[in-house]
Amino acid sequence: MDELVVLSRLETATPQATCIGQVWMNGAMQAKAEALDIQSDLADLLLSVAEHRDRSAFVHLFEYFAPRLKGFMCGRGADTGSAEDLAQDVMLTVWRRATLYDRRKASVSTWIFTIARNRHIDAIRREKRPEIDPDDPASVVDPKPAGETVVAQEQIGARLRAAVDELPRDQAEVLRKNFFEDKPHRVVAAELGLPLGTVKSRLRLALAKLRHAATDLE
Amino acid sequence: MVTPMPSRHPGDERLFDYVSGASPEPVALLIATHLALCPRCRHEAHELEKIGGALLDDIPSEPMPEGSLDRMLARIELPDKPPKPAATLISDIGDRSIPQPLRSYLDAAIDDLPWRRRGSISEFPLMPDASEYSTRLLLIRAGAAAPRHTHEGIELTLVLKGTFSDAHGRYQPGDIEEADSGIDHRPVAGEDEGCLCLAVTDAPLKLTSRFGRLINPFINV
Repeated sequence: MDELVVLSRLETATPQATCIGQVWMNGAMQAKAEALDIQSDLADLLLSVAEHRDRSAFVHLFEYFAPRLKGFMCGRGADTGSAEDLAQDVMLTVWRRATLYDRRKASVSTWIFTIARNRHIDAIRREKRPEIDPDDPASVVDPKPAGETVVAQEQIGARLRAAVDELPRDQAEVLRKNFFEDKPHRVVAAELGLPLGTVKSRLRLALAKLRHAATDLE
Repeated sequence: MVTPMPSRHPGDERLFDYVSGASPEPVALLIATHLALCPRCRHEAHELEKIGGALLDDIPSEPMPEGSLDRMLARIELPDKPPKPAATLISDIGDRSIPQPLRSYLDAAIDDLPWRRRGSISEFPLMPDASEYSTRLLLIRAGAAAPRHTHEGIELTLVLKGTFSDAHGRYQPGDIEEADSGIDHRPVAGEDEGCLCLAVTDAPLKLTSRFGRLINPFINV
């Protein structure tokens, strides 16, 4: 992998060079292609961390994710200082648990989202996060295991990213608030000054579109 | 033997709140235990996590302060804490009927828990600290009925073993019943075996049968 190419892709993906302009200039197809490149670059970087304890790969991951993780923690109500600490905690887990990442199952962003969510619950809400153990013999095995592949996961991530950009503004707002602000739906409704039913139906519409984008993989 | 798949699933919003992290711990425990028993919802939850990943890519970022990368690089050099020694769980005792994550909330096999017996039902409270919620394992004796009751808030019941039936139908392992306030219901366990359930209520139950009223003052729900 050419490190310079990766670097420049990740840099254009950072918020300072927000891609709004680029998306319009290059069109949605281009945006999807770039998002796919970014997802597969991130997975390559994480693999390199897992296999070679590659510090420079980790630095790229940190530069891409830490500001987003700080944004995530701030969105959930953490103050600036704790949001920074929590972003670091999440990245420390990424470094230590990199070998557990399975690119056939999820994009890097999805994996890191779950770590961030759980870290927030643990550190701020001081609750445990109950999660299933995939190797637990007491769990019911899927009779039709999904034949997920590397390419599919990275494509799905890219398509979802593009689909989020294409959501109508009101649906995107409700989706983001519900997903990232850790609040009951009725609180989201009150903050937006909308009836609860409207919030729920916008959320449902947004999820249906994204689900469609994720499964429509010809 | 083919394991039957659950047919009564949590609503979309419950699953969404579990994935986003908004569910309080007692509800999250019940949903996660359902996921262990329900490949369909497990798949759904994973799809929602992918949306979470896409939104993380898209989130408004906050610049990290100067020196943050250096501190990070210093932190990764520190030795990892040794993993916590596995607690003595019933996984070691051999009770495989309770899936994770519920099993990790118990420190004895089902039969050895300090059940509180009340007529035809026994209960074992979990997470007594989560005060807004009542979280209990319930064991209804085979063929017996739980006291008729209504709810102030919501009551979620997940069947773990056996079956129960009420006015809404029959519930099998992995099935979730969500009962709103006002529903006056009376679950009856199947004839063949007792029904073991995980029940989460976000307000005290009101017992409505004569027997229920009699024991109500003693039930700490």
